[in-house]
Amino acid sequence: MTINRRDFLRIAGLSAVVGVGAPVVINNLGKAGLEAAQIHPDPRALKGKRWGFVVDVSKLATDEDYQKCINACHDIHNVPSHKEPRHEVKWIWKDTYEHTFPNTAEDKIMNKELQEKNFLLFCNHCQKPACVRVCPTKATFKRESDGVVMQDMHRCIGCRFCMAACPYGARSFNYVDPRKDHAIKVENKEFPTRMIGVVEKCTACYERLAIGQQPACAEASNGAIVFGDLEDPNSEVRKLIAEKYTIRRKPELGTQPSIYYVIGGGEHA
Amino acid sequence: MLEKALSGSNRYWAWIFFLLAVIGIGCIAYWKQLNEGLGITGLSRDVSWGLYIGQFTFLVGVAASAVMLVIHNYLHDFKKFSKIVILGEFLAVSAVIMCVLFIMADMGQPMRVANILLHPTPGSIVFWDVVVLNGYLLLNLIIGWTTLGADRKGVKPPDWVKPLIYLSVPWAVSIHTVTAFLYAGIPGRHFWLTAVMAARFLASAFAGGPALLIILALLVRKFSKFDPGAEAIQAIGKIVTYAMFANVFLLGLEFFTAFYSNIPGHMHPFHYLYVGIDGHTKMVPLMWLSSILAVVALAILVFPHLRRNESILAFACIALFSSLWIDKGFGLIIGGFVPNMFEGITEYWPTLLETLITAGVWATGFLILTVLYKVAIAVREEDTAVEH
Repeated sequence: MTINRRDFLRIAGLSAVVGVGAPVVINNLGKAGLEAAQIHPDPRALKGKRWGFVVDVSKLATDEDYQKCINACHDIHNVPSHKEPRHEVKWIWKDTYEHTFPNTAEDKIMNKELQEKNFLLFCNHCQKPACVRVCPTKATFKRESDGVVMQDMHRCIGCRFCMAACPYGARSFNYVDPRKDHAIKVENKEFPTRMIGVVEKCTACYERLAIGQQPACAEASNGAIVFGDLEDPNSEVRKLIAEKYTIRRKPELGTQPSIYYVIGGGEHA
Repeated sequence: MLEKALSGSNRYWAWIFFLLAVIGIGCIAYWKQLNEGLGITGLSRDVSWGLYIGQFTFLVGVAASAVMLVIHNYLHDFKKFSKIVILGEFLAVSAVIMCVLFIMADMGQPMRVANILLHPTPGSIVFWDVVVLNGYLLLNLIIGWTTLGADRKGVKPPDWVKPLIYLSVPWAVSIHTVTAFLYAGIPGRHFWLTAVMAARFLASAFAGGPALLIILALLVRKFSKFDPGAEAIQAIGKIVTYAMFANVFLLGLEFFTAFYSNIPGHMHPFHYLYVGIDGHTKMVPLMWLSSILAVVALAILVFPHLRRNESILAFACIALFSSLWIDKGFGLIIGGFVPNMFEGITEYWPTLLETLITAGVWATGFLILTVLYKVAIAVREEDTAVEH
């Protein structure tokens, strides 16, 4: 078969139109879908003005209890695990009392049980988040509707200012490609994986809230993590805060963290 | 005027090609970083800024220091500076370009850096830093190029450049103040959360930048027929001395507040930097070297008769510049991250690739500086020929 000049140009032109045009059309269809989803939110979606957590560590006894919460989060969010500690990415993790509340770490004669207790740490979804204040691109922002501190991994330029600013060490940076070297054991196709050079963190399972599910860690915690609306006086979190003695991490910094810890530690505490 | 940079001695070309080679190696290292991510550096989850941001911060100071010459020349009408001021302006140009390159090197997604302008966020200090740094670069390029061009033609600089010169004075202060605000407004980083940060930045800038300028002026005199003027060099020496004393004084204030208040979080970064914590002592030798160099430099500079000897002055300036380079280009950043937010210790040390990229950026800065100085010197040499 021979192709003359005119036919060649025709085929080339047509391929170009399809090649360039198709993604545009598909992208726009995608966009229309997104807007439709916003106009018709899932009726099951959880609604709250300011989401928060009460973490009762007295209900977390064994290492397994902690690990269940951590795995529940890290598995569904495709959080990579790297061998090199410097490159660690974590959304929720376990740490000691001294590390969780470093301003109280100078006390050498405190309750041993409490001192040896481990805590679950994740993003505090602060009411006045320092990370949002410093972000130069609004890649991290506080959702006005429910107070969740979000992270747009597609807008993030990887300047890591938010990591310097977060007083809770809640943020991780993708120093290496999370999609390589089997860093993600089993990929959850429902949630995006990330690329190198962007910051990520806990986003309060916004994708689960949108379809009426509790955050994964709360669901896996056997009642140790209670999730709810801090603005609603009748919510379970507010009732727990009213009943029990709770503390927050670094409240003196004025960030208004939204995780309240019930520390337990002895009958009279 | 740029054509004047295209003719030079063998030594000039050897220097240019040496710089190009260092830039080339830096580019190869950067290519690796671009493909594999910042994992090739020594940075970590706990120490998320390091050498790049340190060098950026230090060089903003070098850039800002040009104002010390501008003030004396244009505001105080101290005409001894009229010949040397161009060296300050061109040093500022190359320093700001290095700043921009270091910021780019530090970005996880450099291709997206335009997002800062596409989604301007006035609440973020980074936004303002981008604005003031680029503005300062433009100001110095325009002022330097125009005044030098007028000089070459043997006429006075055009009138419109005067307001720009006056504007460049507060602008220079602004670039370093805004850069200090990157750090001084962060809750929870005790080492950075200090009201004197901007003042300290300016003091160290007005010591370190002019010290570098003295070294450069002496080199210019040695390798060309252009003499920036012994009196001007002495006057800058005086500026360096005052500014360095102010800087050390401000550092002393930090020590007082941290240790007299006895607040653990405030003391820990100083402990880590100067004595180490729990056997983590990577920074200790460097910080003491910086302190010793500062003391040596000041011990020399404080005596006018020592300062008047240009060899001794040059030595003191090298010591002072090195001291500040360690303190501000490295220690300042690391002290903010160690101990981390959990009062734990993760140490940082730059990798070879990171160091090569850093060297590449410095070489780029020196290449720009060399070319600009070559042009300035050629014009000045013509002037001298005309005068005699």
